[in-house]
Amino acid sequence: MTSTALRSRAWKLLEMVTTPLLPSDYLDLVSPLRAGADLRGRIEAVHPETGDAATIVIRPGRGWRGHTAGQYVRIGVDVDGVLLWRAYSLTSPTDRQDGRVTITVKAIPDGKVSNHLVRRAKPGTLIRLDQPTGDFVLPRAKPAKVLYLTAGSGITPVMGMLRDTAFDDVVMVHCAPRPQDVIFRNELHGLVADKKLRLTEVHTETDGMLDIARLDALVPDWTERETWACGPAGLLDAAEKHWADHGVPDRLHTERFRPTVVVTGEGGEVTFSTTGKAVDADGATPLLDIGEEAGVLMPSGCRMGICFGCVTPLKAGAVRDLRTGEITEAEPGVLIQTCVSAAAGPCDIER
Amino acid sequence: MTAIDPTAHLTAEQIEELGRELDAIRDEVIAARGEKDAAYIRKVIAAQRKLELASRGVLLFSIFPPAWLLGTAGLSVAKIMDNMEIGHNILHGQWDWMRDPKIHSTTWEWDHVSPSEQWKHSHNELHHTYTNVIGKDNDLGYGIMRVDEDQKWHPFHLGQPLWNFLNACFFEYGIAAYDLELGKNLSKRRRKNPEFRERARAVGRKIRKQVLKDYVIHPLLSGPSFLPTLAATFTANLVRNIWTHSVIMCGHFPEGVQVFERRSINGETRGQWYLRQMMGSANISGSKAMHFMTGNLSHQIEHHLFPDLPSNRYAEVAVKVRALFEKYELEYVTGPLPKQVFSAWHKVFRLSLPNKEQPKPKVETPDRERELVAV
Repeated sequence: MTSTALRSRAWKLLEMVTTPLLPSDYLDLVSPLRAGADLRGRIEAVHPETGDAATIVIRPGRGWRGHTAGQYVRIGVDVDGVLLWRAYSLTSPTDRQDGRVTITVKAIPDGKVSNHLVRRAKPGTLIRLDQPTGDFVLPRAKPAKVLYLTAGSGITPVMGMLRDTAFDDVVMVHCAPRPQDVIFRNELHGLVADKKLRLTEVHTETDGMLDIARLDALVPDWTERETWACGPAGLLDAAEKHWADHGVPDRLHTERFRPTVVVTGEGGEVTFSTTGKAVDADGATPLLDIGEEAGVLMPSGCRMGICFGCVTPLKAGAVRDLRTGEITEAEPGVLIQTCVSAAAGPCDIER
Repeated sequence: MTAIDPTAHLTAEQIEELGRELDAIRDEVIAARGEKDAAYIRKVIAAQRKLELASRGVLLFSIFPPAWLLGTAGLSVAKIMDNMEIGHNILHGQWDWMRDPKIHSTTWEWDHVSPSEQWKHSHNELHHTYTNVIGKDNDLGYGIMRVDEDQKWHPFHLGQPLWNFLNACFFEYGIAAYDLELGKNLSKRRRKNPEFRERARAVGRKIRKQVLKDYVIHPLLSGPSFLPTLAATFTANLVRNIWTHSVIMCGHFPEGVQVFERRSINGETRGQWYLRQMMGSANISGSKAMHFMTGNLSHQIEHHLFPDLPSNRYAEVAVKVRALFEKYELEYVTGPLPKQVFSAWHKVFRLSLPNKEQPKPKVETPDRERELVAV
């Protein structure tokens, strides 16, 4: 018998001992970062960057496959006991010796996860990780001239690139409200001093928002540069139009952070994606009733919000808890009680 | 059972006001629950796993009597923790708010022969919705006993003290049969129902896994300790069964707990539903350790009012709920475990015989709907 076959037999036997749990449930108690475990990471340090941004140093589990500069990672963090998932750009170079990775997070107003990470995250905390992903990355072949156009926390994926790959001719135009709001400012100025980077800081509180037409003055050869832009939707929309108007849309690579704003109207179209049905729903009828009327096979229980017999994944959109008026928005892993939830705008539930 | 409706002194408005006050208690807990609660359940789960692992480890040497005693005691406690404070409560969705896919009512499986999916249906949907409604809540005597004068007597009930004892010893199998609704489904026609057959197969698979683990693999791994380990796992299951059966009997069977007629829940309002839960459940008083080992089902009244609130919050909720019982002049049925167990068993014996006197006048449950119209 081969050793693989032997190991799989031994594992089967272990499963018979641990049933109804799995051997991994026990192994997780002692070694949550081991190879073969669900991918997790441990926060090792939190370094403040500005008044509202911090870099989180993470030791990823053994299953971590490594990232490409500019990519982001989805992390699952417990905030007030609730597991919430968010995506953050990786800011560490890909060849960091100790195998740690960093993300840099800016606390946004009312941002549950960002505020938690910047102000309350403690070293030693376990978080969930996904493998890194994203196509906002540098190409294999090095371009001769590079422009980084960033604003606010949009600098984070670009910092991952700057730290990872040196180019002969790099220009950066970065917008932030005030000088002290510029994340990585010391490091950027260090690169400028070493002549590795030309940097224009636009301080929007005094200079006003960046008018994309000013690029001609700031970076006269911008049309010749391979450009990576990351920042608020307004800046990226303007940039995309500007690059297209000048006939060089292929030179521009963009990355957007914010999800599409969820519409929370009175009701909306409910899609039952598994069954492949869509119906209009008002904002007061439980989704359970809507589904049943449409002939969708809906699990149901007490029909009053108690037994959780009806819980269903919410794939997209938002629903309103008919009992509290509370809005729940789609996120991976979010389950809703269809018997007490109504559509709050278009939504997609997995039935 | 009492001849007088103990809630007759409440007006319809009072009942709705009571409902609003209970809603407020619930909202307070939901607003406050967070990191500490999550840490609590994770700690309990980790402790249970370590205890079970350690106990099973010790039992590998169960040929030595001290190891047998220690291992059996540890495994019994671990199994009780798994079923009560962890399994029962997770399967109620008490921890679903954490959004942790590993601690979630839709994914959890417990150390029990009834698959969690089937138990959730019969327990969460039927029992918790129709609590103590004769003919609708099968928990009222589990279909094998008569636990209220209003339930019809049948000669079969003469044996109910014995049925109850056997059910206590093999409680997990009793629950599996109950969740399958075996009594109803074994009729010739229903037996062939594919849905029932699939569920029966699921139970069969679960039983096989449980039995293999406790009575074959673990004893085999113990080598020369095969037989002592077999006896140990059997004892641990027995202890768990008798303990959980006792705790659960105390929830709805002791004297003072009310039952309700089918008719009485037609058009039931939220306030009336709350009131039924209050009158249909009984608590067990005792120490923190006692509450923990019952999975906080010692706070049965609070659990029935708020089945999806995290169990670690029932103790604080109980103080407020009890104040409401006093405010509305209702009887809060509670007592130490031995007293409640005795009370429940006493009822099982007493009702194994037909009612002594003429059937007492039926509980006059006022017709709320009519009352509301009158108001």
